Amino acid sequence: MKRKLLSVILATAMVATMLVGCGAKEEAAAPAPAAEEEAPAAEEEAPAAEAEAPAASGELIKVGIINNDPNESGYRTANDKDLKEMFTEANGYEASFAYSLKNDEQITAAQKFIQDGVDYLLLSAADTAGWDSVLKDAQDAGISVILFDRTIDADPSLYEASIVSDMAKEGQTAVDWLKGQNLSEYKIIHLQGVMGSAAQQGRTAAVDEAVASDGWTLVTQQTAEWNAEKAQQIVQSVIDSGESFNVIYAENDDMAKGAVAALDKANISHGVGKDVVVMGFDCNKWALEELLAQNWNYDGQCNPFQASYIDDIIKTLESGGTIAEKTIIMEEKGFDASTITQDDVDKYGI
Amino acid sequence: MQKTKSSEALKGIVRHQLFIPVLALLILAVFNLIADPNFFKITLGYNSVGDPVLSGYLVTILDYGSEVAILAIGMTLVTAASGGQDISVGAAIAIAGSVILRVLCGNPNELLEGLQAPIIVAFLVACVVAMLFGAFNGVLVACFKIQPMVATLILYTAGRSIAAWINNNTLPIVTDTSFTYIGGFIPGIPVPTPFFVALACMLVIALVMKFTNLRLYTQAVGINESSSKLNGLNPVLIKILSFVILGLCVAVVGLIKVSRLSTINYSVVAKDIEMDAILAVALGGNALSGGKFNMTASILGAYVIQFLTTTLYKFNVQADALPAYKAVVIIMLVVMSAPSVKEKVASLSKKLKSNSQTKEVA
Repeated sequence: MKRKLLSVILATAMVATMLVGCGAKEEAAAPAPAAEEEAPAAEEEAPAAEAEAPAASGELIKVGIINNDPNESGYRTANDKDLKEMFTEANGYEASFAYSLKNDEQITAAQKFIQDGVDYLLLSAADTAGWDSVLKDAQDAGISVILFDRTIDADPSLYEASIVSDMAKEGQTAVDWLKGQNLSEYKIIHLQGVMGSAAQQGRTAAVDEAVASDGWTLVTQQTAEWNAEKAQQIVQSVIDSGESFNVIYAENDDMAKGAVAALDKANISHGVGKDVVVMGFDCNKWALEELLAQNWNYDGQCNPFQASYIDDIIKTLESGGTIAEKTIIMEEKGFDASTITQDDVDKYGI
Repeated sequence: MQKTKSSEALKGIVRHQLFIPVLALLILAVFNLIADPNFFKITLGYNSVGDPVLSGYLVTILDYGSEVAILAIGMTLVTAASGGQDISVGAAIAIAGSVILRVLCGNPNELLEGLQAPIIVAFLVACVVAMLFGAFNGVLVACFKIQPMVATLILYTAGRSIAAWINNNTLPIVTDTSFTYIGGFIPGIPVPTPFFVALACMLVIALVMKFTNLRLYTQAVGINESSSKLNGLNPVLIKILSFVILGLCVAVVGLIKVSRLSTINYSVVAKDIEMDAILAVALGGNALSGGKFNMTASILGAYVIQFLTTTLYKFNVQADALPAYKAVVIIMLVVMSAPSVKEKVASLSKKLKSNSQTKEVA
């Protein structure tokens, strides 16, 4: 009995020391990344503050920005960077940022911003539902809400404006371009994004319509879930089957890249004036460089640069003007490999 | 007399652990042969650089199945020693791949041309990192007695964010063509390199099994931890070791994965690959509750899964429906190996036998 007790005590002590050891380690490790991430931001802000802050601090417009996690995708990283560059003290803003992919955390952040008394609340909601009450609070507190990138299911009177991409139009632009190529036949490998996402639905709809109306052939229509490896396997499978195709319509750049890897392996030529037309979306910088090198044919833009639109709206509201259109659809381009220039790559690449 | 002998032999074959994966492979092969004999056609062609490459469904299976096969080696050991599975494999591959790109491309904030370090250095760094993460999982399981699936859930959740953080959230691209050889073809050799990598891994693990007591110790710990302890083994060490070996396998697969596309996408790279690896172990007839294991069967199981995946792709099954088909296979395997079902089958066959015997007598 005594021995048992002793062993239990010993074991507890051991576990306790280990826990303490482990806990300390984790604690030490956890803040490190955060600190490093914060460091560049602090550096960026510092010079601006030195230059202008003392005089202008009283007139700064306070904005609270709620966004999705910039880790989510290249699109989001570019979006976040764009916002950070626009809403600086040099431009007359005092910005606070909150990131989350979860709706409830975003709502909590919104409540905090309302308590802090921001002038504007900028929101890219993780989920479309559940925003009514917090936006009502914002309205009562006299805070203007501007939605960017994503819409929500709430009464339009609760927000000033929403700045979004039109995915269906992106798809239509791409399909129109493809029609304009006047290929003798259209045998398409269609690589879809995660089924049900707004980007997938918009970009797929245009293709489906053209297939029905113009007699195009879909060699395969598969979801590769935005995943380059899956896209590679799907295209590999079509090549192995010996079926012929001459268009790859991938709903993002990653999947187009995977498809091209499979083509290269099988020595199927692709690009301008070659056997297979390669189309992608999102305008990643590396993808536009592929266009410039004539390896791909087309890349459709999904514009992450909403900051200047938001800035315009705030300026209008501040000067007492009104916004004519509540929903502002951003201008989005499609790039053709035969006309793209290095300037386009630098300007629009994300 | 003759009859009983042959039936004994048949029983031996059926009982052999390789029976399930080989049977599954045969069923798939026959199915494809009937559906479309072209499935087995292999052609020698040239890729866009002008090097000879073999292509065809079977080559694709060898190519992609090798990734799962390498993981199956580590997963078998983890399963045998700890009686649980590591579900953080995919996330760990993202980390290993991210580390490789970080070392190869240097500081993500400066655009540098060319490789910043030899590939082998990048790979070794990734090995160390992956083994450390393996050890982390191992310590949680062995020292803190957390269920393996729960313990590895931590890395499963955090891994991809860590991977993104390593490269400061950028997506570095390796421009050097020699880097693509690992996930593609070495110039002049028409067989995909991942297959050779897998062969090398199999050879190493076979040698380790032959010349060390790893197999015996792992099985002993898996069968009965306390009795192995009484016999002078250190179960904690063995368990951690199995996770570290899995970490090594993860680094190898990470290298293949990033080499395939010369870049990485943190959120989707090697997505759900842990499920394939676990399924490979199960398909190999190994008990998922630990103990005895058969490495060959696991590796064969990995190729069977890729065979299944490729077959489904061939028949244009939607990619997001693939897991459902795999789930059906898992259900069948689990049901077949459940003790109650086994008993039923045994008693049923006994009944049949006694029936036929009485008939013979009559």
